[in-house]
Amino acid sequence: MNATAKTLFSMSRRDLITLVIFALVVLAMPIWLSPLGAAYPGLMQKFAIYAIFALGFNILFGLTGYLSFGHAAFLGVGSYTAVWSFKLLSMDVIPAIIFAVILSGIFAVAIGYLSLRRTGIYFSILTLAFAQMSYNLAYSVLTPITNGETSLQLSLRDPRVLDLAFGPREPGLPSASLFGHTFSGLEAFYFCAVVLLLAFFIAQKIFSSPFGMMLRAIKSNQTRMNYAGFNTRSYAMTAFVISGMYAGLAGALLAITDPLAGAERMQWTASGEVVLMTILGGVGTLIGPVIGAWLIKYFENIFSAFNDTALTHFFGFVPDGLREVVVAISSKFVGEGWQLTLGLLFVLVVMFLPGGIMEGVRRIRGLFGSGRTPQTGAVSRPQAAE
Amino acid sequence: MNAILAQLLNGLDKGGAYALIALGLTLVFGTLGVVNFAHGALFMLGAFCAVAFRQLITLETVTLDPEKLSPWGAPLEIRTPLAQSWFGDFGGVLIEYSVPLSILLAIPVMAIIGIAMERGIIKHFYKRSHAEQILVTFGLAIVLQELVKAIFGANPISQPMPSVLRGAADVGMWLGMGPNVLTYPWWRLTYFLFATAIIGGVFAFLRFTTFGLVVRAGMADRETVGLLGINIARRFTIMFGLAAVVAGLAGVMYTPLVPPNYHLGMDFLVLSFVVVVVGGMGSLPGAVAAGFLLGILQSFASMTEIKSILPGIDQIIVYLTAVIVLLVRPRGLFGRRGVMES
Amino acid sequence: MSQTDANIVLHVADVHKNFGGLHALSDIDLQIEEGKTHAIIGPNGAGKSTLLNVIIGRLAPSRGAVVFDGKVLTGKKPHEINQMGVVRVFQTPEIFPELSVLQNVMAPAFAKRDGAFKANIFMPLDAEKAIRQEAEDILNDVGLFERRQSHAGALSRGDKRRMELAMCLIQHPKLLLLDEPTAGMSRHDTNTTIALLQKIKASGMTKVIIEHDMHVVFSLADRISVLAGGRIIAEGEPDAVRGDPRVQEAYLGGTYEPGEAH
Repeated sequence: MNATAKTLFSMSRRDLITLVIFALVVLAMPIWLSPLGAAYPGLMQKFAIYAIFALGFNILFGLTGYLSFGHAAFLGVGSYTAVWSFKLLSMDVIPAIIFAVILSGIFAVAIGYLSLRRTGIYFSILTLAFAQMSYNLAYSVLTPITNGETSLQLSLRDPRVLDLAFGPREPGLPSASLFGHTFSGLEAFYFCAVVLLLAFFIAQKIFSSPFGMMLRAIKSNQTRMNYAGFNTRSYAMTAFVISGMYAGLAGALLAITDPLAGAERMQWTASGEVVLMTILGGVGTLIGPVIGAWLIKYFENIFSAFNDTALTHFFGFVPDGLREVVVAISSKFVGEGWQLTLGLLFVLVVMFLPGGIMEGVRRIRGLFGSGRTPQTGAVSRPQAAE
Repeated sequence: MNAILAQLLNGLDKGGAYALIALGLTLVFGTLGVVNFAHGALFMLGAFCAVAFRQLITLETVTLDPEKLSPWGAPLEIRTPLAQSWFGDFGGVLIEYSVPLSILLAIPVMAIIGIAMERGIIKHFYKRSHAEQILVTFGLAIVLQELVKAIFGANPISQPMPSVLRGAADVGMWLGMGPNVLTYPWWRLTYFLFATAIIGGVFAFLRFTTFGLVVRAGMADRETVGLLGINIARRFTIMFGLAAVVAGLAGVMYTPLVPPNYHLGMDFLVLSFVVVVVGGMGSLPGAVAAGFLLGILQSFASMTEIKSILPGIDQIIVYLTAVIVLLVRPRGLFGRRGVMES
Repeated sequence: MSQTDANIVLHVADVHKNFGGLHALSDIDLQIEEGKTHAIIGPNGAGKSTLLNVIIGRLAPSRGAVVFDGKVLTGKKPHEINQMGVVRVFQTPEIFPELSVLQNVMAPAFAKRDGAFKANIFMPLDAEKAIRQEAEDILNDVGLFERRQSHAGALSRGDKRRMELAMCLIQHPKLLLLDEPTAGMSRHDTNTTIALLQKIKASGMTKVIIEHDMHVVFSLADRISVLAGGRIIAEGEPDAVRGDPRVQEAYLGGTYEPGEAH
């Protein structure tokens, strides 16, 4: 192995162990999720995809402190690009992913170039404004590209030039494939899982690199960084683009598992969701946002499936009469009301556990006295770069 | 010329709503130093005060009239609104004017909600980072809108305006033009005047009362006012309540123009933040001026002539203006140096 | 001024700075020789900080220019000025509170080695042995080696200032600007800092020091400029300045007692 390749893959023992454990956990999802009732492909794909989204968001928000409220725009761009790649070129996922990542990266360069001229809340509002513009345009003038409210979908008349150059058009709508092999349910999950591992590895490299330290330093004291000779805007810009590309990648994977792209993916509530995943798990920690994404997607799935019958069954131990009241109240928080639970969770986490679950784990460890001294900068509170 | 005048008028009511929301946002930001992402939700709650009021007074009693039969043979149902059976003809008037009358309900309700929010959550965030303020109020906004969704459902509920205010004022006639050259719906005119009155009231309150004096001093220099031993905490609470009432009233009166649904607040919040940023964070006149300015700009952008040149401009004009203002004049139109900057 | 331009590192040429109608600086002309320690002293409000901010590019002069190493500094961005070799120590310590002491000192070393921007994500931080070694050496010099793994935010104010000095020294600046390097320090810390700065002085680094404390000034300076009312009222060797009646009147308030500290 030559020297370049060695540094490329070199990582500390600690990071390597983390990566191996993480890989085991992800790849074994179908096993350990089944007692939790979540081991079906559709949901596990979401776990992998939103983990990528949150990982990428955290590279920006967690490390540099720039709170973007428009990251869903990149997710949307990724989805649209992937679907267009399916429609025009081929059902193969590789070009779809490559185009999605490149295009969302270009998008991030454009938005980042303008937004990063400001810091703090102004940056948040600028990103929000750009995301809303993208969303509004996707619903109106850009309908030829986005297909507006009906969402962009595959159709029987798609040109798919590459596919059709190699074989005849088969009846019915095609589905995503890898080198000619069409994904079955679980295979699609494993594909997403491998992409997640790759994304995790890159995030690890960023976290442990001098570049990652510079990003943390920008969050800590941007002025000092400037006077220490760093062009902080370039650093923030790089982080912004990387994180936009992560979002684009996640968007592409969403389109791969379900070849459909709608503008609602770009709405600012979607941007808010990734913020929540990140802070719920632990801002600035490597693994926290992944856990946050999994928890939210898991409970979204569980809670939104609950209905009154299920609740009545669930509260079977409560005496009659009282049970109806309990069911009536709790029904507001499940099913359609899941968003309400999400909002409450948001408020509670920010109020009582600003460092997220990772801080909670650290506190519990501290209680039992067995905890090692916390790694410097490992857990931090949400803080804007100003 | 008339087309321009017409668009100008059309922008006024929307601009009024923007200005009212932005005014509250700025008050809260300027005095409490809190970036309140739940402010749009307060506007939405105000709108639902109107909905609730109307639902309350139009509760019906159903009596069966055994003498008469409906066309399919069942006894005829007679529905009488409670308000009518209690208050007689006056009840009818209540229903007719339900929207403006809901103001009476909205003021105490919004004040209580505002005060409860400030005491319960916001006050713990004065010393925390803006990012955390944004996050917690964002969560709060979701909670409020989902509660409304759980209670009132997801569909928009339209609110009729009083019938005397239906139709349009012939503004052109007043300006010496021919009849029907330039018209402006009565309710929009009412909304504009209402917004102006509230804005005037808030400014007068800040200008001519001791309370207002302290608040303005606090906006200029928060720390010094704190050092003077003035009970800032109580004033903060009142300010938050006032901002909530202003947002709520803006919402109440807006219901006949746009049937409110639960995410009305989110739609307006993003726009109002943009308004605040354009006007200059922390500047009250800036918030008002930018509110009307953006309302009018948006109205111009939706002219067919403009849309044919710049398709989609009506969808993004407000955001685009914000981006340009932030990049060219970061402090906004009226902003002071050093507000929210490093 | 009889020096040739060859060994003039920094030239503050005819600088004026107005704030509105207020003349904060007028007719400032300073030439700093290579390898020398040049102190700028003056009473409060004399314009010392303004001058420093003009030199470092934080404030644009209303007239005139600042030339360093033959290049105009005026209008350059902070990081560009740093990359040219002009490094500033702040009066209130500007550090990275969330990072460790070691990381605080390592970070600026990367700017020196890799330039203003390098997105190297491949080489782990732990593998940067040379930079780590250098940072540890410098921390040893300033007496913070033992605390290298602590949170920088947890240091005492004096330690923070010493750490910041280490952050600047690791860049081997061509010109080091010190803004009251001992303000707020205990007598003991002040003396340690003076000893440290004297050691650097031996290494031939050019320094500009803004200082109140006469003890510090006369321990370190090769040359002193006295600023009052935004003008330089005297300049020369320490002994000459000490004896200058104008200086005594404007700043020292009568006679200067050796060893006096504020």
